[in-house]
Amino acid sequence: MKVKVLSRNPEHYLRETKFDIHKVPRNYDPDLHPFAAAREYIRALNAVKLERVFAKPFVCNLDGHTDSISCISKHPKGLSSLVSGAFDGEIRVWDIPQQVCVRNFTAHDGIVRGISYIPNGNSFTSIGDDKIIKTWNSLRPQFGEEEKPLNSILSKTILYGISHHRRDPIFATCGEVCQIWNESRSEPIKTFQWGVDSLHDITFNPVETTLLASCASDRSVILYDMRDKAPLRKIIMKLRINKLCWNPMEAYIFTCASEENLYSFDTRNLKHPVNIHHDHVDAVTYIDYSPTGREFVSGSYDKTIRIYETDKGHSRDVYHTKRMQRLTCVQWTLDNKYILSGSDEMNIRIWKARASEKLGPLKPRERASLNYSESLKEKYASHPQIRRIKRHRQIPKHIFNAQNVLKAMRQKNKRKEANRRAHSKPGSVPFVPERKNHHVLAEHK
Amino acid sequence: MGKVNRYFQPVEDNVQSSTNEKFVKYDVDFNKIHDRKKKFKNVHKERKIIKKIPNKNPKFKGRAPIPEELLEKYGKGEGLDCKEIKTKIHQKKIEKKELNIKFATEQAARTEILLTEEYGCLDADDGETTTQYTQKQIANNVDIAAASKHFELKLDFGPYRSKYIRNGRHLLLGGKKGHVAAFDWITKKLHCELNVMESVHDICWLHNETMFAVAQKNFVHIYDNNGIEVHCLKRLNKVSRVEFLPYHFLLASCSDEGYLSWVDISIGKLISQYNSNLGRLAIMCQNPWNSLLCIGQSNGVVSMWSPNTRDPVAKMLCETTPILGLNVDPSGRYMATSSSDRTIKLWDCRKLTGPIQHNRLSSSATLLNFSQTGMLAVGMGNIVEVYRNPTTPLCSRYIRNRSNTPTSYMEFCPYEDILGVATSKGFQSLLIPGAGEANFDALEANPYQTKRQRREAEVKSLLEKVQPELITLHPSVISTIDVPSLKEKVEAQQKLLFVKPPNIDYEPRKKAKGKGGSVKVHRNKKIVQEQAKKEFIKDTKETQKKQKSNKKTTSNLLDRFL
Repeated sequence: MKVKVLSRNPEHYLRETKFDIHKVPRNYDPDLHPFAAAREYIRALNAVKLERVFAKPFVCNLDGHTDSISCISKHPKGLSSLVSGAFDGEIRVWDIPQQVCVRNFTAHDGIVRGISYIPNGNSFTSIGDDKIIKTWNSLRPQFGEEEKPLNSILSKTILYGISHHRRDPIFATCGEVCQIWNESRSEPIKTFQWGVDSLHDITFNPVETTLLASCASDRSVILYDMRDKAPLRKIIMKLRINKLCWNPMEAYIFTCASEENLYSFDTRNLKHPVNIHHDHVDAVTYIDYSPTGREFVSGSYDKTIRIYETDKGHSRDVYHTKRMQRLTCVQWTLDNKYILSGSDEMNIRIWKARASEKLGPLKPRERASLNYSESLKEKYASHPQIRRIKRHRQIPKHIFNAQNVLKAMRQKNKRKEANRRAHSKPGSVPFVPERKNHHVLAEHK
Repeated sequence: MGKVNRYFQPVEDNVQSSTNEKFVKYDVDFNKIHDRKKKFKNVHKERKIIKKIPNKNPKFKGRAPIPEELLEKYGKGEGLDCKEIKTKIHQKKIEKKELNIKFATEQAARTEILLTEEYGCLDADDGETTTQYTQKQIANNVDIAAASKHFELKLDFGPYRSKYIRNGRHLLLGGKKGHVAAFDWITKKLHCELNVMESVHDICWLHNETMFAVAQKNFVHIYDNNGIEVHCLKRLNKVSRVEFLPYHFLLASCSDEGYLSWVDISIGKLISQYNSNLGRLAIMCQNPWNSLLCIGQSNGVVSMWSPNTRDPVAKMLCETTPILGLNVDPSGRYMATSSSDRTIKLWDCRKLTGPIQHNRLSSSATLLNFSQTGMLAVGMGNIVEVYRNPTTPLCSRYIRNRSNTPTSYMEFCPYEDILGVATSKGFQSLLIPGAGEANFDALEANPYQTKRQRREAEVKSLLEKVQPELITLHPSVISTIDVPSLKEKVEAQQKLLFVKPPNIDYEPRKKAKGKGGSVKVHRNKKIVQEQAKKEFIKDTKETQKKQKSNKKTTSNLLDRFL
């Protein structure tokens, strides 16, 4: 008789001392794990619910300005510093981790129109309604010294926007004309003009560094090459473009904020936008890309900030508070973690870029568990319950109402077009795809 | 322990040569080869090139292969055929997903090597059979720790029912005459012992050893591990059998009056209760694979019930005579039934077909129980027999035990080689070598759980509580694709949107000459056609309205499968 009965040695299964972790023997036999699918689904459901529970995006509020914020600029090298300009000509420098203003001075007579750091971050350039381009040292003046610009240039034309070259000591301004400046000269090295419009925004391409784009008041976007003598291309839209931002990872993609929607264009084919990003109910005033180039943030006149994925037509998230008024500027910080917003009611707000993300360091097990729930959410994303919870947002009443109005308008237009099509000669009322509907023409010079 | 040869272990002689073979260095004098390029200074340097040469030794082909049967065991079924997907991007996505699943399966199969504990076994000597060994003999031949697991309790309040907890560590006894006892049967430490002063019909552990339910004369009562009555569930009255569904936190019961009920013990809510219209219910078990309740009826039918519908989800005509014993194996593959005509039949519980095996016994079996390794214990009067491989033609009697009093209940202990047999005069635990699963999963059921681990597991399992709507015939229905219903939806939509009014062929009655000219006929025809068209439009509008109103009422999670 040969016999063996299961007899486990408890020492193999119990921890030796109180300071050890518990032993967890695993057996992945599927028979020991019933309801694998159902339990995984419940886990996904819990994960998506927890994501909504922990979605508290607002971090802090920087107050101190005595007029609305007109522009903010983030430091190109450091994460802790921020410069903001206001409508009363004041510039403030903030220390973000301490949440305090470290420096403030009146820089211009009238509105500060734009601020731009130079690439090494040692100084920043500001422009104002007084037509002066001033360069300021990033460091605070010594005790007893007055705030004085390092350099100031009087421009002959009005200035509305400024953008610095990614590497070289060159910056561009826009106003009546587009001008390229060298930091060491007091005259523009190049001037571009196409029509007699006023240009209200200009941006250097961060990858293809000689390329520039500006928004004009005749509802157009003009592309320039710094090496060229004349502007390159012009796109005219049905509504005015307020702000434009290049994708920092894909040199040929830019997104512009219009009076209603956002449009992403591919410079290689400007005939129609590659994507239209809906959801704002009022004019979009500002847009900034995340450093990864996968997402961008937009601020709008409807008092909300929305975050979009570049390839999606609708926003991933919407941020709002009761006190935040119309947005004038938003920025995505270079560590891809925070969003800075400046608004009409004199405050700069700091938000988390991913609303439910935990701030601070994560322990390895915590990170593993978060990664697991992330992939669960992705796996079960198309289940109706999970999709519903993931998409649900509380939005202010005025936006809810405006959305309904817009929806009714859109439906009415659709119905009208369908009626017209039904009662006219076949083919005389063509189907125009949404992407071609907002666009008037693209021109060469 | 002898030296274990693993299939991935290389033969020692070849180790040296194989490592040398892999990389061969070439020293090349580039001056000779590129005479023309001598004018370039950089070329003068000697360079070393490392070239990879394919390994010619067929004995070492990278990672160890995984046996097919293991891959099948851990496999997640056939994958999708990516070629049928039309969009390239989705094709790539699915391909990647399939690769991930394949990788996961392989990794799971490779973990088999980490399972250290060995299964029990009992081999007979020449000329002997395993059935002739008595419990005493077996206990004498095993180690002391295992021998101490064979014990007998003499109790006076029988006939008893006994239940092991899910990790096999604790035992609950309930005597018909009111005796209820809960204890850790390995250390023999008593948690509580009480007499409820009522008849006890059934008992069961709830999610852990701190609580258990007792079906008493009128109601089901819940006690904690100190024997203090925590709840009295008055909605469950005259209950004959109780079962706990651990992943749903449901206490399922059937009653003398034919009622089936499910109570969610985590929120104390009666999920569902209805009359099965079958009269007195006394033979019930749960299918651990899909948590359906199987009920053996006196007409030989086994019906399977879920809390979501008032009709049985499935019915199987298993016997021609009343069913006496019924059990489903822990993997949910097989169901065993026994009836008064002294037969045992084994059924495929997933396909709902069978019988796979059909055996005749000397007397009719009233109790059946599957072990984790697939052994089947059969109780007939005072005799308990255990069968090996009951689902195959190799089915053989393994162990036979006779006691003085008739058996009232028996159950295999999970993760132990133990069969607990409750009789009318007490309880005895029998050693059945090879009955229990040797390697437990500590995150699922841990016999060596500490108090803190138990608390954590409780919270985790509550978070993962599966909703009662998911109790269906096939438990993984939630992860399947809703293809046919989507197709149906599209078709239904199209049917509603693109319908033409019917063509009506109006055939006028033949009339006498002179009555009604062709004008009149034509007018009548028009009128009839117009009427039909109007009716048709009205009907379609109504159906469209109905469709819209139907849409709003969908809230259940599984409605998409309806």
